[in-house]
Amino acid sequence: MGGWAIAVHGGAGVDPNLPPERQDQAKQLLTRCLNLGISALRSSLPAVDVVELVVRELETDPFFNSGRGSALTEKGTVEMEASIMDGCGRRCGAVSGITTVKNPVSLARLVMDKSPHSYLAFSGAQEFAKQQGVEMVDNEYFITEDNKGMLKLAKEANTIMFDYRIPAVGLETCSFAVESPLQMNGLPISVYAPETVGCVVVDGQGRCAAATSTGGLMNKMTGRIGDSPMIGAGTYACNLCGISCTGEGEAIIRGTLARDVAAVMEYKGLGLQEAVDFVIKERLDEGKAGLIAVSNNGEVAYGFNCVGMFRGCATEDGFMEVGIWE
Amino acid sequence: MGWAIALHGGAGEIPPTLPPERRQPREAALRHCLEIGISALKADQHPLDVRELENNPNFNAGRGSVLTSNGTVEMEACIMDGNTKKCGAVSGLTTVVNAISLARLVMEKTPHIYLGFDGAEAFAREQGVETIETSHFITLENVDRLKQAKEANRVQIDYTPPFQKEVKEETDIRGGDSQIGTVGCVAVDCHGNLATATSTGGLVNKMVGRIGDTPIIGAGTYANSFCAVSATGKGESIIRATVARDVAALMEYKGLSLKDAAAYTIEECTPRGTAGLIAVSATGEVTMPFNTTGMFRACATEDGHTEVAIWPSA
Repeated sequence: MGGWAIAVHGGAGVDPNLPPERQDQAKQLLTRCLNLGISALRSSLPAVDVVELVVRELETDPFFNSGRGSALTEKGTVEMEASIMDGCGRRCGAVSGITTVKNPVSLARLVMDKSPHSYLAFSGAQEFAKQQGVEMVDNEYFITEDNKGMLKLAKEANTIMFDYRIPAVGLETCSFAVESPLQMNGLPISVYAPETVGCVVVDGQGRCAAATSTGGLMNKMTGRIGDSPMIGAGTYACNLCGISCTGEGEAIIRGTLARDVAAVMEYKGLGLQEAVDFVIKERLDEGKAGLIAVSNNGEVAYGFNCVGMFRGCATEDGFMEVGIWE
Repeated sequence: MGWAIALHGGAGEIPPTLPPERRQPREAALRHCLEIGISALKADQHPLDVRELENNPNFNAGRGSVLTSNGTVEMEACIMDGNTKKCGAVSGLTTVVNAISLARLVMEKTPHIYLGFDGAEAFAREQGVETIETSHFITLENVDRLKQAKEANRVQIDYTPPFQKEVKEETDIRGGDSQIGTVGCVAVDCHGNLATATSTGGLVNKMVGRIGDTPIIGAGTYANSFCAVSATGKGESIIRATVARDVAALMEYKGLSLKDAAAYTIEECTPRGTAGLIAVSATGEVTMPFNTTGMFRACATEDGHTEVAIWPSA
């Protein structure tokens, strides 16, 4: 027990028919991010710095739904949100409605460190970003061809959907007409692929931190805010643990998922894995979601009640694992 | 067992020397809204109907909201049903007369929980809710509060009293409108159904785009089958301590009573001077703890107990 630990995720709810090359790409990205975090931890970077560093990497890579590669709103634009929490003192920062900031998680960090507030959104957040001199790009930078195609499909189906990672060429093999027992948010799993990203870390000094970042739901109403920037829902950290969640945002909010993992540890005395299992089993009702967590004892855990969650974890004693399925 | 209802009009540094003309309209507003709530509960109306207290112009967080650093209003609100855990939240409203009603529409008419800023305003227009130009919400008292805060270069909770020299603008109280900031209501009906609603203009001199605890499920607002909670005070502290969720979590996971869970959260989890809350339990209990100088509050239970108060009782 003790020592550092890190976990990353790229979203819960994965199509079992995801082509092998996409699965490999995902695993490579997760491994790369894990290694980035591990080097940082070995150089004694504090937990809150490590989670920011790793999530930045996940935001910059277009593979998952955050930063570049974010899901598109009903208007075809990108509105990103992120949050970060430092278990020491439970300081936190969050942003929503970000349209031109290259790394939303870093803006959330600045809200935490450089503003008198915890949460800034839309034009106010953008204004703050300008004042802070963070790297800004055009909204188009975040939009990928894949996601433009997916938005079109979503509109045709006239449903909200999570973003879809299978490239257009594979579409003919997964028509909406196919009856699939696997669904998320009312959609066949083949058309659904939520890939919010997140990272949780406990450093060598036992300090926990968590960060989450996303573009949200494909075809969401403009102005829609999900669980990722919501402290206690998608992200939480205290002196006991750090948690980042992914999946059906509305279910995660209702279940105050991230806070509940810590609360059952604090108030019921459950261990980390027990707490994760309890929350996934008892707090989601019909909702589908997953989460990653670390404890101040150097443990790492994850859980999900849907088919698959892109994740990776590592601990100081040499354990390392990257996975998608159970 | 039985129904119970509690309301708050905000917690903060309410000075014991608050003059009667600033105290009485607010007490009257609380009493009036309490009576509306009690009638509804006695008529066995669904508790969420009771939440629509913003229809009373004396108790409208909208007009009278405190101002951002730009001198504008950005209102937010949140509603949650304890039975279903369905919820709705809005932020960054500038023209919507009743933020809580828009939050309710987000809950009932969209697949989402939370809409903010332009998107929320656009939704309001789609839904045909009452909107008005933003100057309607701005009061002289709040313009002065903002000025004071800027001079002191700080962000403050709504109740920090204006300087003595500004007493002369007291006269701007039109038609009984009160300058109340965060307002909240929690209720449980005689069937044990719980619900909560909170609405606010936020912090004086807040940055444009700043979101506080009110619309964050689990921070300023929360209800489940154990209790319904609405918090008020310094949003940043309430978010960090996940106040509303923690009251319920302490009851559920540690078996604490409503009173003990609420007291613990206010005394141990948030710094002095930052928070207050109202809460009711499924069994009809009420509690209204705060760690600030005062909290405008009122409550009533089926057994006939009622209370309207500002400072700590005895």
